Amino acid sequence: MLNHLQTLEAQSVYILREAYRNLGKLGLLWSIGKDSTVLLWLARKAFFGHCPIPFIHVDTGYKIPEMISYRDQVASDLGLDMIVHQNKEALAAGMGPDKGRLVCCKALKTDALNAMTKEYGFDGLIVGVRRDEEGSRSKERVFSERNQDDEWDHTHQQPELWGQFKTDFPRGHHIRVHPLLEWNELDVWRYIEYEEIPVIDLYFAKNGERYRSLGCAPCTGRIKSEAKNVSDIVTELLTTKTAERSGRAQDREDAYAMQKLRRDGYM
Amino acid sequence: MTGERETLKIVVTGHVDHGKSTVIGRLLFDTGSLTEGAVERVREIAREKGQRFEFAYLLDAFEEERKQGITIDTTRLQFKTEKRDYLIIDAPGHKEFLKNMISGASDAECAFLVVDAGRGVEEQSRRHAHMLALLGIPRAGVLVNKMDLADYREEVFLRIREESKAYLESLEIKAGPFVPLSALMGENILTPSAKMPWFTGHTLVDALDSIEKIEAGGSLRFPVQDVYKFDERRIIAGRLESGTISEGDEILLSPGGKITFVHSLESFLPKDKKKSASAPESIGITVADEFYNERGEIISSPADPPIITDRFQCSLFWMGKRPLAPGRKYKLKIATVSEEAAVEEILRLVDSDTLETVSGANEVKVNEVADALVRLRRPVALDLFSTHRATGRFVLVDGYDVSGGGIVTRAESMALVKRGFVKGELSARSDVFEEYYLSFGTRDVSRKSAGGLLYRVGDRVPLTGDSYSYPENFDVVVFRDGVAVLIREGRVYEILPLGDYEYSGLPVVNGSGYAVSCRSQKEWIHARDAFLAKGRRNEAELAQRYLDFNAYRRIAFPQADFVV
Repeated sequence: MLNHLQTLEAQSVYILREAYRNLGKLGLLWSIGKDSTVLLWLARKAFFGHCPIPFIHVDTGYKIPEMISYRDQVASDLGLDMIVHQNKEALAAGMGPDKGRLVCCKALKTDALNAMTKEYGFDGLIVGVRRDEEGSRSKERVFSERNQDDEWDHTHQQPELWGQFKTDFPRGHHIRVHPLLEWNELDVWRYIEYEEIPVIDLYFAKNGERYRSLGCAPCTGRIKSEAKNVSDIVTELLTTKTAERSGRAQDREDAYAMQKLRRDGYM
Repeated sequence: MTGERETLKIVVTGHVDHGKSTVIGRLLFDTGSLTEGAVERVREIAREKGQRFEFAYLLDAFEEERKQGITIDTTRLQFKTEKRDYLIIDAPGHKEFLKNMISGASDAECAFLVVDAGRGVEEQSRRHAHMLALLGIPRAGVLVNKMDLADYREEVFLRIREESKAYLESLEIKAGPFVPLSALMGENILTPSAKMPWFTGHTLVDALDSIEKIEAGGSLRFPVQDVYKFDERRIIAGRLESGTISEGDEILLSPGGKITFVHSLESFLPKDKKKSASAPESIGITVADEFYNERGEIISSPADPPIITDRFQCSLFWMGKRPLAPGRKYKLKIATVSEEAAVEEILRLVDSDTLETVSGANEVKVNEVADALVRLRRPVALDLFSTHRATGRFVLVDGYDVSGGGIVTRAESMALVKRGFVKGELSARSDVFEEYYLSFGTRDVSRKSAGGLLYRVGDRVPLTGDSYSYPENFDVVVFRDGVAVLIREGRVYEILPLGDYEYSGLPVVNGSGYAVSCRSQKEWIHARDAFLAKGRRNEAELAQRYLDFNAYRRIAFPQADFVV
C-alpha cells in the first residue's frame, strides 16, 4: 500500500503526463515558490529526469529581489527552457500597488499572463494551485477550461470523473492544469523534506521572521517564526492555526477578491 | 516517507437543503480542523453582508453560493481523527448541479447520505443513491439531520432509517451506520447527545471511524498512457490501475496480442529505483522486445487478459444538455483509450425515484440513467466493471464536453476470432457464410469474406448466398474450437461447448459449411470421434469419408462487380 505522499505523487505524475500527452502547446508556471518548485520536481519525475515543458515566470517587477536571482540560478543549473514575461506597458505607465492592490494584481499578473498565453498560443498552462489555499481554488477542477478571453466560468464547470480530464475544447480556449490541487500546505513541506528538494531560503526564519507564502515585495508580509529549516517548518505547521495566505494583502481587499481575480484569469 | 496514516475519501450527498455542507462545516469546526483565518473570514463576510454565520459558508466559498444558500460546486477538505485522515467531499444536492455531485463523488470510497428528519428521503436523496451505485461506491451511511426540528424523537429516526435502508439495499449498496444528529445545534457530532438518550449507536465521528477501508483489488492492469524516447531508453509510461508488475514478468499487450517481458522499471532518481511496483503507482517500464506500442493498450498477465471487443452492454448516466441518441457519434474514453462510439440500442431507462424500468426509449435526457448497448469503431481492450474498476468504466464526450459516464456490465471477448460465433468465453472460428467463386482467367477458386463478421446468440444469419444455401434449421460444429452452434429459423439459437451438444437429427455442417455425413446418433458419434482424433489420420482421408462439399455449397461465378 502506498502512503499518503506516495499516493499524491503518483496522482500528480499521472496528471502531468495526461497534460503532456493531450494538450498541444503546454507551459508550466513557475513562481519560484515552494508549490511550483515541487511541480518542477514532479515534472522531472514524470519524464524521467527530462523536462519537455517550458517554464514560465510572470514577473510583476515588484517581486522580492532574492526570488529573481534564485530563479535565474536554478534555471541555469537545470538548463530550463524559460520564458519570462512582464506587462511592460503597464509598468512604464507607472502601475503599482499604490494604484489599488486588485487593479495592480490584475494588470501585472492577470493581464500579463493572459497576454503571454495569447502571444505563445498555449493550449495548456500547468499551475501549482491547491484547494486548501483559498475558497475559489477549493472549487477548482484538475483540468479547468478558460475561454478565449481567459475567463473562468466558475459556476458552470465541466464534469470531471475517473481521471478523464477535459481535453476537448475550441481553438483559442486553454486549460489550466492543476496537478497539486489535492495537496495541502503540510503535504508540500513534508514532500520537500522527504525528497530533499532545494527551496529558496526566504521561507526560513531570520531574526524571528519568515515568509510563509511568496509574492510581490510590497504586498507580502512575513510571519513570526523560529523555523530555520524544512523540518522546523513541518513542526510549526502541525500546530499553527493561522492561514497560509494571511500575509497576502490582495486576498483581504474584498470578501471575494480572489474569486474576482481568478474569474478574469488570475492563476 | 512520513504520514503512514490511512486516508479515507468520503462523499457527503443528499437532497438539496438537507444540510450537507452544514454537517461538514460543523464537523470541521468542532474538531478544530479549520484555521483561524477561515472561520474569521466567514464571520467577517457574514458581518459585512449582514448575514447570519453559517457553517456551510466554510465550504460554500463562491459568492453565488452564499447569496443563494446552496452549494453549486463540489469541494474537498482534509480532516483527521485519532484513528486516521479523511478527505471529505461536499457534493451539491440541487438537481441542476448533479454533474458536479458526480464529479465530487466519482472517486469516493464511501458515502454518507444526509436526510432531513422533517422531510425524509426525497427525490435527490434517491437520485444520489442511484448515482452512488453507478459510480461503484459500495457502502453508504445515513445521517438523519435536523433532529432538533423533529423534537429529537426516536420514531422519526427509525422511520427514516428503514426507508433509506430499503432503498440503498435495493441498489445493492451496503447501508449503515445510521446516525441521528443536528449539525446546527452540534448534537451527536463528537459526543453522544443528551437530547437523544434513546440512541446508543455511533456519534458522527465514531460512525466515520467505523467504516473499514477496502483496498482496490484485481489482477494486473497497466494501461499505456504514453511512450517516451527522451534518451536511449524507450519507456512505456502509465499508472498501475490494479495489481503488481515486476522486472522479468511476462506481459501481454492488448488488443495487439503481443507478449514480451518487463526488462526494467525506470525512475528519475536512484533512490526511487526498484524491481517491482503496485497500484496506484505511476511508473515507466522498458520491455525485452521493441515493438510499436501505443496509448490505450492494456498490459496484463497473459493468463489473465482484458476483454477485447467493439461492443458491450453498460449502465450509464447522462449529464449533457443535448440528450444522448442512438446512432449519434461520441468520443468514448475508457482508461487511456479514446475511440469513436455510438449507442446501438437503449435497452431500458431506469427511473431513479422508483427504480422502475421503461423500455423503448429513443433518447436519454440529462440526469437520466439507462442500460444500453455501445458499439465502438474499432475493438479495444476493456474489462467488466465488476472485475476491474478502472478499466471497466468510461465517459462519453459529446462535442467538447464530457456528457455521460458508465460502467461496462456485459462484454464478450472477440479474442482472436474475426469471423465466426461468440458467446461469453466461447468462441468458434467459422467461415460457414463465405462465398466460393471460380475465376474465369486463372480458374482458381477464391473465397469472398464478408469481413470480420461475428455472430452472437439471437443474430440473424444469411442462410442463402451466391454459392451456398442452408436449411432454416441446422447445426454448425467447429471441431478445432470444440464448439457447436444451433441455427434455428435462420437465427443463432445457441452456442455451446461440443461436450454439451446432442445430435438431434438436423443437418450438421463443419466450420466451413461442408455437410458432415451422418444419418443417426451412432454415425454422428463415429464422425465426431474421428475428427477429434484427427492427429492420427490424414485430413484428406477424413474429408473423403465424412464430408460432403456439395450438400449446401457449390462454386459460383463471381458477380459482375466482384473481381476475383
